[in-house]
Amino acid sequence: MSSLDINPAAGHHGDEEELDHDTLHITVGGYVTGFVLSVILTAIPFWLVMAKVFANPNVTIWIILGFAIVQIYVHMVFFLHMTSKAEGGWTWMSLIFTLVLVVITLSGSLWVMYHLKTNMTLPSPEQLRNIP
Amino acid sequence: MSDTTATVALAAAGGGEASRFYDTGGHHPENGTLLGFWLYLMSDCLVFACLFAAYGVLGRNFATGPSGAEIFDLRLVAVNTSLLLLSSITYGFAVIAMGRKRQGATLMWLAITGLLGAGFIGIELHEFSSLIREGNGPQRSAFLSSFFTLVGTHGLHVTFGIIWLVTLILQVAKRGLIAANRRRLMCLSMFWHFLDVIWIGVFTFVYLMGALA
Repeated sequence: MSSLDINPAAGHHGDEEELDHDTLHITVGGYVTGFVLSVILTAIPFWLVMAKVFANPNVTIWIILGFAIVQIYVHMVFFLHMTSKAEGGWTWMSLIFTLVLVVITLSGSLWVMYHLKTNMTLPSPEQLRNIP
Repeated sequence: MSDTTATVALAAAGGGEASRFYDTGGHHPENGTLLGFWLYLMSDCLVFACLFAAYGVLGRNFATGPSGAEIFDLRLVAVNTSLLLLSSITYGFAVIAMGRKRQGATLMWLAITGLLGAGFIGIELHEFSSLIREGNGPQRSAFLSSFFTLVGTHGLHVTFGIIWLVTLILQVAKRGLIAANRRRLMCLSMFWHFLDVIWIGVFTFVYLMGALA
């Protein structure tokens, strides 16, 4: 935003063209489809948890995680209009790169810290006293 | 502007092979702002990934304080989620009205979006203040520290989004749907939908999974 404020002569003609190009494939139908899908994908996890449908919480956790991933995909496609062609493929490339980093950050942190906890529980007071 | 993008792209991928790759795309970005803003969103995504990781690691350390199941009011979270989801589609309608060059409709949908966002922030502030009043503030346990940081950062983003939205409403009301304003509205559109995506992670990972444990 600021870059264009500094540089107002950067070609409003091209600007116009691109925005029209970008808004061409945005339709009411696309938004409504995305919205209906999101409502369904939100309501089911809330119902599963609030009504305690499954006795085993682990089953519920995996199911709601699955719903979250599908819903994020729905938002990306219908609301953020992600395609592999937009901006010459650069939004797609940066998204994939970011997703790789997000997966490494999340799974790496959880994995490492979980193992630290199991393998490095604090010694009891007796054990501490007997340390030579 | 497009020249800059192309040069950076060439420099990043290195040499003649990159130019061939770049040219096969056919459509050159005419303006770098939307791509640049997308890159900002991706870096914001990494910020949230770190906060999610911190919550994932610390979220079970209650320090004899309350657990998520004891303090989360899922009905309130469900209302909040629907407010944010509704605001996403109303922003979509604003973008569509903008594409049809209808200034009045654009302003109306933007105002509705802002009100829904304000409702979301209001409920979140109510939740935070009642938690703090009951002595369950961020200093209570590692779980609550990471909870307030993650959810608070998201709320702060929504707050700044609302400020940006009000600014754009004034801009559009004063200058109309000129190219610069339409570009700004497209950037805020990405920002707003991106916050909704983050919220999917928050209500799944923090609230629903917290209530289960």
